[in-house]
Amino acid sequence: MKHLLRRWLPGGRAVVIGLPFAWLLLFFLLPFLIVLRISVSEMETVQFKDLLTFRDGLLQLTIKLSNYQFITQDDLYFKTYLASLKYAAVTTVLCLAIGYPFAYFMARARATVQPALLMLVMLPFWTSFLLRVYAWKGLLGENGWVADALIALRIDHVLVAAGLIPAAGKFMNTPFSLVIGMVYTYLPFMILPLYANLAKMDLRLLEAASDLGATPFKAFWLVTVPLSKAGIIAGSMLVFIPCVGEFVIPELLGGPQTLMIGRVLWDEFFSNNDWPMASSVAVVMILLIIVPLALFNKYQAEAVERRA
Amino acid sequence: MSAPNGGGDAAFLQIRDLVKDFGGGAVAVNHVSLDVAKGEIFALLGSSGCGKSTLLRMLAGFETPTSGRIVLDGQDLAGLPPYLRPINMMFQSYALFPHLTVWDNIAFGLKRDGMPKDAIAERVESMLKLVQLGKFARRKPHQLSGGQQQRVALARSLAKRPQLLLLDEPLGALDKKLREETQIELVNIVEQVGVTCVMVTHDQEEAMTMASRIAVMSEGRILQVGAPGDVYETPATRFVADFIGNVNLMDGTLAVDQPDHVVIDCADCRHYVGHGITGTEGMPVTVALRPEKIHLSRSAPADAEFNTARGTIRELSYFGSYTVYQLQLASGLMLKVSQANVQRHRDEALTWGDEAWAHWSRSSQVVLTS
Repeated sequence: MKHLLRRWLPGGRAVVIGLPFAWLLLFFLLPFLIVLRISVSEMETVQFKDLLTFRDGLLQLTIKLSNYQFITQDDLYFKTYLASLKYAAVTTVLCLAIGYPFAYFMARARATVQPALLMLVMLPFWTSFLLRVYAWKGLLGENGWVADALIALRIDHVLVAAGLIPAAGKFMNTPFSLVIGMVYTYLPFMILPLYANLAKMDLRLLEAASDLGATPFKAFWLVTVPLSKAGIIAGSMLVFIPCVGEFVIPELLGGPQTLMIGRVLWDEFFSNNDWPMASSVAVVMILLIIVPLALFNKYQAEAVERRA
Repeated sequence: MSAPNGGGDAAFLQIRDLVKDFGGGAVAVNHVSLDVAKGEIFALLGSSGCGKSTLLRMLAGFETPTSGRIVLDGQDLAGLPPYLRPINMMFQSYALFPHLTVWDNIAFGLKRDGMPKDAIAERVESMLKLVQLGKFARRKPHQLSGGQQQRVALARSLAKRPQLLLLDEPLGALDKKLREETQIELVNIVEQVGVTCVMVTHDQEEAMTMASRIAVMSEGRILQVGAPGDVYETPATRFVADFIGNVNLMDGTLAVDQPDHVVIDCADCRHYVGHGITGTEGMPVTVALRPEKIHLSRSAPADAEFNTARGTIRELSYFGSYTVYQLQLASGLMLKVSQANVQRHRDEALTWGDEAWAHWSRSSQVVLTS
């Protein structure tokens, strides 16, 4: 009896692997398929028509692709997708530029202070994300501390020249405030994987590089950076992917110049009530995100294979 | 610290009064002075924490000396960062770059020197040939066995033709059998290249087989410097005698002190030593006696007055080519005796519980006064 049970009940291994799989299947793949179905459905007042119909001995599959066609024709979508990718990319690059040195020195700090530094990186998570983003409105708005400091340092003129803000002294609801908010929010997601990667690096490799004639900068560029590639990729993905579909930050800190796909999605669903159109936009966005993710996974798998 | 060339011109590598104090009590390297001749393989031997690795790291430039000087070929190395020193190091467990192929690992140092491409290729090829790894040039380090990785590390450290090669526990990561083969191979390669070499090891066998001279270190100080045979046969202190090889140490007092011989009274025997020492009658001394210099027999030797001890065999360990007996003497002291197994079957082979006589010649002991 016991043996029979053991044969039919899944083992511990199967449960551990199976549960997350079931979770993803149920809450990611299934909803995605529903959205995909809606995106190719025809509306009938408030209901979606069935894709498969059987009438007069005729089995009919109706797939309406006009929404996708529309996405390719109306350049509003193309522009907002592009803007989303652009802001996500800029945010990722800035997070990397700020996060890498931070993670590097954190990993090289004395072992006793590292937990404290790690705590500081995670501290912002203790306050509501919404609150923290909203606070930037005050900091960058008129008479905000950060705004005043930027004006005092005459950085606003540089930003105007770069086309990031429309006029000197006006920071809110510009590409500048949007990127500040996104970099601020996503920086920890860059630092943590980089730190994890850099902390386990064998420092003797840097000594070996130095011994062989590499200056400290060369050793960093030829040894540290290539060896932290996996951390760079992981951090970049963790920043880039959520940034593409970001809705809250552009809504609170962005302006008319910074229309992103999240906003378009919102409008299609809740202003136009055009669910098939909204679903099509969502499907394209998911594809935009899945392609880099697939590339990342491929790289990871190769890295694991190389290490084995 | 004698000069290796018998004085005359200054040694190739001179270490003068070198101190490294990390703070916190113990001094890692304590006023060390050494001379290493050109082309020599010099070993720093000591147990872990004796300061040998710190000394090596100061030569490489990874640690800054607290005081003292390091002069290589007339050039003071103080203030030169590691990447400007004409010194290369083979790291313990190799520190090969995991993201680079064998070829690129070896070429790494050459590229930093801005060598032309074809010259680099030529040098790398010759290095690969030297360590017989030509077939593995395109492999990554993790695809190689431990012995192959060791050879890549050696090739990488020799590629720049350094004036001084540092070896940090060069064979520590290999298993015993491979280690023995590699010792000879490594020495052959180093001698073929003709580079001066300072190695660090805790393995006395490794130091003895590879090095032309050995410095025994303990607690940051150099205790004795000499050729392997000298250090083994005439240890200067109790520590060195005990550290290098196996030894029986017997405490006694100096009974007769003559220019050509001395007699030392110990608990179990009287030592007659065929050479004079500097000391006074009645002073306490220690006699060091190597196990392989003792002869073991069932019957009493002809002259039983000196250099003879009687005891019971308590333990024997068979090593194939030789057997080590533990002979318990009257005072309770265990005398280690090693006997070569010359014959295949000995009818009267000594075994557990047997009474036996140990005796040794007048030239086999070393008298230690410190």
